[in-house]
Amino acid sequence: MRRVLVVEDSVSARAFVRAVLESSEFATEHGACEVVEAHSGFDAMRLLPRGPYDLIVTDINMADINGLELVRFIRKSEHHRSTPLLIISTLRAEHDVERGLALGADKYLPKPFTAEQLRETCGGLLRAAHAGIPSDPPSGGP
Amino acid sequence: MVEGGGGRGDGGDKARDEFLSEAQELVDGLGRDLLHLDEALKVGRLDAELINDIFRAVHTLKGLAGLFGATRMAGLSHELEDVLDDLRLGRVELSQAVLDLLFQAVALYGRILAAEGGAGPDPEAEVEQLLVALAQFSQRRVGGGAGVVSQYDLDPGLLGVLTEYEEHRLRTNIQQGQGLYRIRVRFSLATIDSALDELKAKARPHGEIITYLPTGSGADIDTIELEILMASRASVELLRSAITGPDVGIDEVRRRAGPSARPGTPTPVPQEQPPPAHESFAPPTRVGGDLGVLSRETGSVRTPPEPAARKPTPSVLPSLPPPPASRLASPPQMSLRSVSQTVRVDIRKLDRLMTVVGELAIVKTAIANLTERVRTRAADSRELAIELLRLHRTFDRHLSQMQSGILEVRMVPLGQAFDKLARVVRQISREHGKEVNLVVTGAETEIDKLIVEELSDPLMHMIRNAIDHGTESRDERLAVGKPPVGTIALNAFQKGNHVVIEVEDDGRGMDVELLLEAAVRRGLVSRDEAEELSPREILAIVFMPGFTTKEVATDLSGRGVGLDVVKTNIAKLGGIVDVTSERGIGTKMTITLPITLAIINVLLVEVGARLYAVPLANVEEAIGLDESQVRTVETREVLTVRGASLPLCRLSRLFGIPARVRDRQRAFVVIAQVGNRRLGFVVDELVGQQDIVIKPLGRSLKSVRGFAGATELGDQRVALVLDVASLIEEVLAPTETRLLAAAEGGRN
Repeated sequence: MRRVLVVEDSVSARAFVRAVLESSEFATEHGACEVVEAHSGFDAMRLLPRGPYDLIVTDINMADINGLELVRFIRKSEHHRSTPLLIISTLRAEHDVERGLALGADKYLPKPFTAEQLRETCGGLLRAAHAGIPSDPPSGGP
Repeated sequence: MVEGGGGRGDGGDKARDEFLSEAQELVDGLGRDLLHLDEALKVGRLDAELINDIFRAVHTLKGLAGLFGATRMAGLSHELEDVLDDLRLGRVELSQAVLDLLFQAVALYGRILAAEGGAGPDPEAEVEQLLVALAQFSQRRVGGGAGVVSQYDLDPGLLGVLTEYEEHRLRTNIQQGQGLYRIRVRFSLATIDSALDELKAKARPHGEIITYLPTGSGADIDTIELEILMASRASVELLRSAITGPDVGIDEVRRRAGPSARPGTPTPVPQEQPPPAHESFAPPTRVGGDLGVLSRETGSVRTPPEPAARKPTPSVLPSLPPPPASRLASPPQMSLRSVSQTVRVDIRKLDRLMTVVGELAIVKTAIANLTERVRTRAADSRELAIELLRLHRTFDRHLSQMQSGILEVRMVPLGQAFDKLARVVRQISREHGKEVNLVVTGAETEIDKLIVEELSDPLMHMIRNAIDHGTESRDERLAVGKPPVGTIALNAFQKGNHVVIEVEDDGRGMDVELLLEAAVRRGLVSRDEAEELSPREILAIVFMPGFTTKEVATDLSGRGVGLDVVKTNIAKLGGIVDVTSERGIGTKMTITLPITLAIINVLLVEVGARLYAVPLANVEEAIGLDESQVRTVETREVLTVRGASLPLCRLSRLFGIPARVRDRQRAFVVIAQVGNRRLGFVVDELVGQQDIVIKPLGRSLKSVRGFAGATELGDQRVALVLDVASLIEEVLAPTETRLLAAAEGGRN
């Protein structure tokens, strides 16, 4: 069972991600997942030590600790520095994507995305991490 | 696991329900925030934090709408977000005209959500119209002030993770001459929430927190280290004494000596070096981590603005022609009802219910034991009876605890409906150019969620009437020595098993003479009847169907607009509306409602061999039927009861059930009343009163009229619950053709 930390301040966006990652479809294609939800950057700080996680998915625009600050922190931490990291955000300009990837995110999925896109992206990240190979060269365009 | 999640590409039904309910909450919150913004603006204050909250709410809505394929909502949010972004980043000045558009957006969100929930048409045209109006406001940024940040000794690593809004707040604070401070703090993860709130409370009076940056290696699993960037006018000493704590350290971020970034030098996006285990806002190794580089609009910087503080000039737009409010804001089908079916519940209430469930489980076990003893004949029947009686009492007690517990869970504060009304008041008073204060009391009064939803629209109607026709213009008010600003009081309070809501204005009041005259002219009341009416009865004419005419409206301050609908809707909830008015002083409408709809008290009756339930709220009395007193007037059977004639409806005939053949007993008449209309239902037998839980008939029987639902009676029997209002409508309709014709004639 893979554990995925989802950091997102919208309850229904979290429900969406959970529904996709915990679906039987995802389990068949990429293996079963358990989603751990964090409702803010601070909440994520609290949940990170309860890792390890196989994948971390985070939003950017959140109050107090934003997603970029979280990514920076994760990439510096001893325990999570190599955990696959996916940014999901409504910021979709090229330089937003570039910045997210420069900070160390593995992928950047601009919102809105379809269940299909989320499934593929997360599946790919989990597979790559499992195989011990770096994920595909950073790409984040829609 | 979530069932069926993701498979349909929409993230599952449960997620979609979450979406509707979250969106509704966001929209409600948006409306509240806008009202606060409006209040602040009236006293010339601009609340930056509030604007940012509103922006974030719309931003979230946009994201959600995208995920769940709500394109209309996504489109509206997108345009709104641009305007709000301009507002929060100081590119456009907040004005009443912009606020009008924002309020319209909130109203439209409500209708879009209703359409998403399948409860209304898609307001396509209105949204398009608003989008055009919004587009005129969204202006692209005119640069400004980016250079100021580079005067400070800030780590480009930090600058690289600020959101655009955080950058803007940083810039604005620097431009306002505030100092920058970094606060280092260590929190225990166990108490982080309270510790954070405490810190925020201590910091708030002295300035603004720009951002929180988690630092440290993450190796320590019990604590979290943060560096907080704060702007403040206070000295470092003052901050140190104000923001105290065991693990708090505060330093000033120094200004650099000498000129800042070399103008004209393109600078790459500052990239974080891979982990040195600990890093702070140390002096950067590379100069020029200027914020301008990161801003969304500039992309690649060619000419960073000169370091001198340059105020971004907010573009004050020429005030638009009055917003198309009249067309957009109040279409007749506008509804304040929310699409959300969700009730937030205090966990303690659920805990209490859970305890009761536990008690019931004990009863269940006791019954099982008893059954076993009966099976093995270990108990005699007398012993058994005593035991069963005891169990029955316990069960009964817990069941009623459970019942009241669940009722409590269904309760929500009326404030949920009142918040939306405050928006309506603002909108209508702006439309009519009348200043009105809404004074609310008793918003915390609780009532069934279902009733709150059904109440929004009638209340809106009443308030619209009060402003539109009750409240005088400013000049008129001054002329009669009233305060220039009108007041509408919205009061709610509990009275026994009922909730009372009053809508009271201090306007011109109703003119009884004129009202009566118009009613006679419309044929709603005959000359003779008119003579007999008390002033109170005359006022009640405003609730009569057909008292909805333009002509009357102008004559009489139009108190009748749609009030018959209000009365019908309130009656559907088992409530009543009353009106009192005094000329020159004002008008008060009073709604009295039961606290909950879920359980109602009914009179059970028999027709043929079938059982029917008549809600007691509609029953005036039940009497024996003396067939010899029944007369036939124009094909209708009529009974004279205490001098007044009462139309009769034989339910056996209406439902096509053969009446029971009775040799000795006579039938009964249940006299039902809704509003001021009465009807006698002829039934075979009165069975008794009972509290019932009413259940909907389901989709396939939805079109069957005359029934409010069905109920199980506990002895395996099922009874249909009569919808008295619609039955009266159905039965009396032919006689009222005259009135309706008059009404139709007047409506146009």
